[in-house]
Amino acid sequence: MEKYQADVAIVGAGGTGLRAAIAVAQANPKLRVALISKVYPMRSHTVAAEGGAAGVVRDDDSYQKHFEDTVAGGDWLCEQDVVEYFVRHTTPELYQLEHWGCPWSRKPDGNVNVRRFGGMKVPRTWFAADKSGFHMLHTLFQTSVQFPSIHRFDEHFVLDLLEEDGVCRGVVCYDLQNGVFRQINAKCVFMATGGAGRAYAFNTDGGIVTGDGIALAYRHGVPIRDMEFVQYHPTGLLGCGLLMTEGCRGEGGVLYNKDHYRYLQDYGLGPETPVGQPKNKYMELGPRDRLSQAFWNESKKGRTFKYPLGEAVHLDLTHLGEKYLHERLPLICELAMTYSGVDPVKAPVPVRPVVHYTMGGIETNGRTETRMPGLYAGGECASVGIHGANRLGSNSLVETIVFGKMGGDAMAERAEKEKDFDSPELARQAEAAEKRALALFDVKGDESLSKVRDEMGDSMEAGVGIYREEEGMQKTIDTLKALKKRYVNIPLTDRGRIFNTEWMNLIELGYTLDVAQCMVHSAINRKESRGSHQRLDGPNGAYKERDDKNFLKHSLAIYNKETGLPDISLSEVKITTFQPAKRVYGAEADAAEAARKAKEAK
Amino acid sequence: MEQTANNKTMKITVLRYRPEQDDKPWEQTFDVPYHHETSVLEALFYIKDHFEPSLSFRWSCRMAVCGSCGMMVNGVPHLACKTFLRDYEGKDMKIEPLDNFPIERDLVVDLSDLIEKIERIKPYIIPAPKDRNMPLNKSYIQTPQQMAAYLQFAQCINCGCCYAACPQYKLNPDYIGPAALTLLYRYNIDNRDGGKKLRAPFLNEENGVWGCTFVGYCSEVCPKKVDPASAIQLGKKMSATDFVLKLIKPEE
Repeated sequence: MEKYQADVAIVGAGGTGLRAAIAVAQANPKLRVALISKVYPMRSHTVAAEGGAAGVVRDDDSYQKHFEDTVAGGDWLCEQDVVEYFVRHTTPELYQLEHWGCPWSRKPDGNVNVRRFGGMKVPRTWFAADKSGFHMLHTLFQTSVQFPSIHRFDEHFVLDLLEEDGVCRGVVCYDLQNGVFRQINAKCVFMATGGAGRAYAFNTDGGIVTGDGIALAYRHGVPIRDMEFVQYHPTGLLGCGLLMTEGCRGEGGVLYNKDHYRYLQDYGLGPETPVGQPKNKYMELGPRDRLSQAFWNESKKGRTFKYPLGEAVHLDLTHLGEKYLHERLPLICELAMTYSGVDPVKAPVPVRPVVHYTMGGIETNGRTETRMPGLYAGGECASVGIHGANRLGSNSLVETIVFGKMGGDAMAERAEKEKDFDSPELARQAEAAEKRALALFDVKGDESLSKVRDEMGDSMEAGVGIYREEEGMQKTIDTLKALKKRYVNIPLTDRGRIFNTEWMNLIELGYTLDVAQCMVHSAINRKESRGSHQRLDGPNGAYKERDDKNFLKHSLAIYNKETGLPDISLSEVKITTFQPAKRVYGAEADAAEAARKAKEAK
Repeated sequence: MEQTANNKTMKITVLRYRPEQDDKPWEQTFDVPYHHETSVLEALFYIKDHFEPSLSFRWSCRMAVCGSCGMMVNGVPHLACKTFLRDYEGKDMKIEPLDNFPIERDLVVDLSDLIEKIERIKPYIIPAPKDRNMPLNKSYIQTPQQMAAYLQFAQCINCGCCYAACPQYKLNPDYIGPAALTLLYRYNIDNRDGGKKLRAPFLNEENGVWGCTFVGYCSEVCPKKVDPASAIQLGKKMSATDFVLKLIKPEE
């Protein structure tokens, strides 16, 4: 086993991991940063984010408005003190990226432009055409190469955390290219491994989005928070599930059902706004959970299109014209043409909801610290508390840099105080992890990796989809339990050590199964409807409503070593200034706002 | 939207190489069912799931933006996720690892040379002295026209297809090559940058822009229409101007 001594080990080199690495390097160039990623940094799934990143810049906008949009959008399950910090730090971080070379789209005067996005009162989404994540990721990667203290471990797959006396002391990983194991000791470990959309069959995610970091923290007893909140993005392409950004609707795209009716007006998002005149928080600019739920209801009513690849509604952009579409949404045009054979300039694009984002994750405080000293988390794998029960579009890209920076600063502080640590116990743990990984080669069973993976994905869609019921969730719980039993009988046909993707995929699947269990066990325990977690059951349908009395609380999934299942408990939500109210959009929101103002005036 | 056609089958030959077992690369052929939407990447998924779990290839996003799945399809560099079996109907297909890079395993090549070259050319904004302490409450002024000058050259996904296509890189692995030179030029012409001088050695050296003989195949195969050949030609112009300026004003 090769050993490397670092001050800070960062697992994952997407937006969050890279931003954290740069922060550590800038805070103190003497600190040794090990940046570990199972892919080259620019392959990380940040690259696929399209629409943009929220940051208050306009005169008619304010931190307070961004705060309110975020907390209400999250159906009040946000940590309000963390959201307060977040909204104040987005804009400086976005300017920082601009200074580093990110090509944010501009106004004619050369200043940064912003676009409309769902659930936001004021246009505040910074965008680099519809390749915002791509440009952010490449800017961060390219910026990072100037810091010699960042030692990259590209194509290194993390197998376990090292922990002694309850303190996180490093990681053990596997070098795919060279076929060797490495023990990396560190004073701080930062999880920045992204979400777990691959738990579902139909998702917008890359193949690498398998929940590795969430599962690793979970197996070490760290609470995983709010995992029942899985975001279905309303507009994915049929078949492949690739994303048609919310920016499409921000720029004025509209949704029709098969009767050429803008059905969103039937779901508390109206009245209908004229085509070509998008209005914030109305119709197509409602939040993602509401739009996905509306699709589900349209489908029940038989008002969706039926295509060979499935049911769909139409996302119509044709009125925006070729020039505007090619300037603002070039990737969308390319993707729709390539993967659906539709040119959005000429015809509407068939779309349907698709799993997109993991709102929950490793529980952290507002400083990205988990309950295990030395272990930090940021980005999609973490639950720092800004998304609540439903994330607003363009809050996650900016989350990566705000909390990447914060995590980097926090870790630099800790690393300066702590001494290097090594012990026989850490070596023992690293060797044990190596042995466990190698033992997978000895399995003699007749299971199939792809079958277990696919059955997991189908079962999650069926039981923990847009709408949920006890019976369906229980079925998924049972299925996952059975799949875990089958998992240990999956043999490896590939005996090699160099770039053995079958072996890596098998370990990833183990991670995803754990995360899937966190999701469904958290979901069945939440006997109410909130944000992306919508239930249809309960005595007299009681779980269809939000229940603040019992469930204005976070869910915690904590690994139980004996049962091998998560124990679910609840924890308090931090509410500072914004008391829970009914979550409203469209005309209802304007009425509520007017009533509030009138009350305040009295 | 196209209808999904009835399943057809294509004969697909894949180059295999397992460094711990094989003395040299060998070929393996599969009959892969496909429909109108099946990409080469999905054909590889099918092979891995149904016939040969040990086949290794890189992939992730499935939407031609992560740059993982560059490979040779019938001798031409392509992204597997953006290449469709329907366009090869009636033919056999041969999938090989990207040319001009050492094969690491099956369709996985060793990209470390490309990555090192990208890192080498200083691919980041080097602010001019006056901009070094720019506060975080304002941006540089960059008009849409100023952005348009470099934006196309900032679209590179580092997939390596252009290196696999480049005859100069094949002859001389020290040549900095299309993607890295394009990136160099992209930063040089960004009006926020003041680091042109520090990048000059890479631009001007014989393995820099002057290593290119303008075959243009890199631009032909680029899946993102970055047009590295054009960036390199513009880089030559920049390099020549620098040279002339140096003659006139040697102290610069």
